[in-house]
Amino acid sequence: MSTLAGYFSYAVTIFLLVAGLFIIIARGNLIKKMVGLGIFQTSVYLLYIAPGKLVGGTAPIIAPGFHVYSNPLPHVLILTAIVVGVATLALGLALAVRIHEAYGSIEEDEILEQDNADAGSKERGG
Amino acid sequence: MSIAAQLPALQVALPLLAAPLAVLLRHGGLAFAVVTAAAWAAFAVAIGLWLQVGQLEAGAAISYHIGSWAPPWGIEYRVDRLASFVLLLVSGMAAVVLPYSRASILREIPRDLHYLYYAMFALCLTGLLGITITGDAFNIFVFLEISSLSTYVLIALGRDRRALTAAFQYLIMGSIGATFIVVGIGFLYLMTGTLNLADMAVRLREVESHRPVLVALAFLTVGISLKLALFPLHQWLPNAYTYAPSAVTAFLAATATKVAVYVLIRFYYSVFGDSLVFHDLPLPQIMLWLSLMAMFGASFVAIFQNNLKRLFAYSSVGQIGYITLGLSFASVNGLTASVVHLLNHGVAKAAIFLLIGGIVARMATAANRDAVPMLRGVPADAVSPEPTFDRLAGLSKRMPLTCFGIVIAGLSLIGVPGTAGFVTKWYLIIAAMEQGQWWLVGVILLSSLLAVAYVWRFVEVAYFRAAPEGSEKNEAPLAMLIPAWLLVIATLWFGLDTSFTVGTALDAAQELVKNGR
Repeated sequence: MSTLAGYFSYAVTIFLLVAGLFIIIARGNLIKKMVGLGIFQTSVYLLYIAPGKLVGGTAPIIAPGFHVYSNPLPHVLILTAIVVGVATLALGLALAVRIHEAYGSIEEDEILEQDNADAGSKERGG
Repeated sequence: MSIAAQLPALQVALPLLAAPLAVLLRHGGLAFAVVTAAAWAAFAVAIGLWLQVGQLEAGAAISYHIGSWAPPWGIEYRVDRLASFVLLLVSGMAAVVLPYSRASILREIPRDLHYLYYAMFALCLTGLLGITITGDAFNIFVFLEISSLSTYVLIALGRDRRALTAAFQYLIMGSIGATFIVVGIGFLYLMTGTLNLADMAVRLREVESHRPVLVALAFLTVGISLKLALFPLHQWLPNAYTYAPSAVTAFLAATATKVAVYVLIRFYYSVFGDSLVFHDLPLPQIMLWLSLMAMFGASFVAIFQNNLKRLFAYSSVGQIGYITLGLSFASVNGLTASVVHLLNHGVAKAAIFLLIGGIVARMATAANRDAVPMLRGVPADAVSPEPTFDRLAGLSKRMPLTCFGIVIAGLSLIGVPGTAGFVTKWYLIIAAMEQGQWWLVGVILLSSLLAVAYVWRFVEVAYFRAAPEGSEKNEAPLAMLIPAWLLVIATLWFGLDTSFTVGTALDAAQELVKNGR
């Protein structure tokens, strides 16, 4: 395998990592932030899974004729990480719904504006 | 097999079982009973583990194999002196805060959500205890997420709508931190092929100079620093502490950031080894300056806060600076200061937030008496009272015990002799002098002056400003006052008798430094 192709999965991992982080920082919409967080977390799945695969390797079941096995442990770990990611996404979206009920918006700047207006009126009115 | 051998598993299993039980019971009172019983049992288990570890020779640890699978293949629970110290802190705080929260959340959380509050509290406790006790890198991540996810929910239970945005912000920042930690663990796993921390430390020796190990160190440091709110990664903390229910703030301030510090110490000393972390890299310098910025920057910002809860939230960021400052010395005395401050600051800050919870409760009743009729304890559109300074004028007349407690715990934040905070400062100064950094001694004393300034703001308003007309003595309910004062007395106790705190911390620090080489 050529060197470039060997690094392909790493390149994708890094791209997803940076792209996800960028979306989280650059987007003010809470749903888009959650999308960014999802992409960010997905990059880690790839980081774990890709090195566990051996070219020509099979599932780790002892059988005649097979001598090269892939490492199953990363899959198990990432299964856990996916569950955690789903829970985080669910909780984040639930919070976004509650925020929408309370503020009538899921845009970060509009929410901040409302909070600042509250704080301002409190200082003036006591 | 005797029960004593099963204590490490019980430590995590008890609160973990209490959480679904609380949900199934669907009743606030019953859930409270179950979760409190579990927390007290966990505290008893932690005491048992601490006694067991004390009997071992220095450097040894209790190793518990989950499902009897031998490490490094199976998951190992490992209790050494440091772990048992942190376990005591976390479970002890839960044991004190839970009885308090019954009276506190009556006024802050709608009654039909109470059983969920207790379930989330139990899960949070499970996660924090699990992070501390486990000897498996990926297990740390799983428990970290268990505690974090339940923490986000607990914060979002706050009455103010800003609690929701604070929880969301913390969710984003916390998940980024956790993902950084997994990336770091992933690199370590790629380099060593093992997830067991002790086994990882041995195998890392052979590949120490490879770049992925440094990348792992960087990712872990940044990720954990986000979780422990190291300056400038602390932005999630002030809002989360300010708008969370009072009991939650007290528990988080005392435990969540402290457990993150524990993870950092664990990775630095028990996995990477301090020669790689502190001698080959400029990490001590970086950490020193970040700590100083936290000690001065955050404390300075605290002085100008108008909300008492937010003031002490910023103070927490500053106090975490002292903990990381101790780490940056990379010496036994410095590490002792860090470890001992985990407990000293945790106890003092939890006492303060519990007492503020009493103030908020009284303000809530006062506000609701004039406002809408009560709806099952908590009016749906009740005014959520913020403990701002203009409402605290002359508070010492109305709530003398509460105010006096805050002042004593505040003295501990300053580091006045006779309080627990002094012990930390003492060891920090010894560590600084040991390395010939005399200027740091002056800097540490100077930063204490900032703490004097923000504690004095409270004293000035509560004791010297005239109370509004017609205010009568209205102390916080005893159910809230007793747990809070228990911690205030502990602050004084640990300031005078340091045999438990410093004794354990010093043993733990020596053990870590010896094993870390």
